[in-house]
Amino acid sequence: MILFDNVSKRYGKSTAVEDINFKIDKGEFVFLVGSSGAGKTTILRLIDRELLPSSGSVFVSDLEVNKLPKSRVPFLRRKVGFVFQDFKLLNDRTVAENVAVSLEILDRQSADIDKRIREVLNIVLLTEKANFFPKQLSLGEQQRVAIGRAVAGETEILLADEPTGNLDPKTSWDILKIITEINKQGKTVIMASHNVDIVNSMKKRVIEISKGKIIRDQKKSKYS
Amino acid sequence: MYSTISVWQRLRRTPYQTVASLFMMFITLFVLGLFLLLVASSSALVGYFESKPQLTVFFSNDKDKASIDKFAEKLKSTDKVLSTKYVSKEEALAIYREQNKDDPLLLEMVTADILPASLDVSATSPKYLDEIYQSVRSEPGVEDVVFQKEVVDTLIVWASTVRKVGFIFVFFLILSTFFILLTSVSMKIANKKEEIEILRLVGATNWYIKKPFIKEGLLYGLAGATMAFVISFFLMLYLEPYADSFLKGVGSLKLVSAGSFTLLIWPLNLTLFLLLYLLLVACGLGIGFVGSLFASSRYLND
Repeated sequence: MILFDNVSKRYGKSTAVEDINFKIDKGEFVFLVGSSGAGKTTILRLIDRELLPSSGSVFVSDLEVNKLPKSRVPFLRRKVGFVFQDFKLLNDRTVAENVAVSLEILDRQSADIDKRIREVLNIVLLTEKANFFPKQLSLGEQQRVAIGRAVAGETEILLADEPTGNLDPKTSWDILKIITEINKQGKTVIMASHNVDIVNSMKKRVIEISKGKIIRDQKKSKYS
Repeated sequence: MYSTISVWQRLRRTPYQTVASLFMMFITLFVLGLFLLLVASSSALVGYFESKPQLTVFFSNDKDKASIDKFAEKLKSTDKVLSTKYVSKEEALAIYREQNKDDPLLLEMVTADILPASLDVSATSPKYLDEIYQSVRSEPGVEDVVFQKEVVDTLIVWASTVRKVGFIFVFFLILSTFFILLTSVSMKIANKKEEIEILRLVGATNWYIKKPFIKEGLLYGLAGATMAFVISFFLMLYLEPYADSFLKGVGSLKLVSAGSFTLLIWPLNLTLFLLLYLLLVACGLGIGFVGSLFASSRYLND
């Protein structure tokens, strides 16, 4: 469960988001839509405590994120996987090693890590490219590595910030299929997007943001 | 694993920083090792001389054993003399032969007749030495008095100087090693800023991020200590014959003694080398750990 309770985030005099209220249940798939600069990324970054709200409270499961001690933040982030538009992959590691990072931080045994890497690479369809470096992959493949890394560990929630933003339509659909599959496995997905086709075809809950405020929050909605 | 891969990658990718850190660690530990050996040897030598008779009284040939015994009794009756030991002409010859067993020419030239009988006198306290010396030298039949207090005093001054100079030198070396490690680690952290940010975003704890840097510091410590030990070991073996001639007649120098365990600093022995290596490794790991922990904590904003 994710709950935003009157959350505002200000940078000096400019307001990124204001009085945001919503609740997302476990296992839901939600699109965050809005134009560039509307505040979608700010909302996602408030969830994984990259940012602290100026006022209000953010809850993830039973944790009040903004009151979490600094030492507990890594444990929150293990529950919240983040897929970035620019992938943020470790370029000196192979595909398998990038995925392994999320498992090594959990202090898992090598055998467990190897097993989980195989499972994850199977989900993101990269089994054949386990030993490739990110620079040797297409953009779509790099995004799939990022998704694999985000869901490999103890992730309960997947945040995806414009995961198809840099990709061609076909690759975007491939990515969306993988994310949908991950959602079907019971993980909550919040995906920021302004891809009208994708949002409309999925018929999922849509939270629309404009100028830092929620202007629409509808189940099985479309983005117009 | 991330930390293992990273340590090796870091070392390979920054060879000059690695060599500088390693070299400084080696120099520091090498000097530290030499300093420890010097301090230990001088302390053992001072201890050796302090435990030996501090005055040796040589008698003329007309002084017989009975009168020397009487003289010894007279000395012991004061509370300033702890013990005396009579060394006859024959015993003096035996000692001389033992000390010069490798030089047949010297052995041929000397007989018991030309060596004087002597009396080793130990004082109850070094402060009485001068007083005993004055009273003994005026005694009839006393030919010469060798006063070892001067040797001990010189050794004490020398040992204390070695300790002070060595301490200051080692202190500054440790400080420079520490700062070189600090700079090296912080530069590496700056180079890895993006990677560290990614690791934080996927939920890595600060300790997990610091681990490779600390491992690197420990590796410098271990490698530096091993290099310092190997060089010290061969240097000690090279210098052994010189030390042997310098310490002729000393026999063995005891460093510490606890129960049935006795650690000798001379002659050179396996236990001494093992202890030196362990000490250097402990110091190397200590400097490496503290240096890298301090640098990573400082630059990762703990």
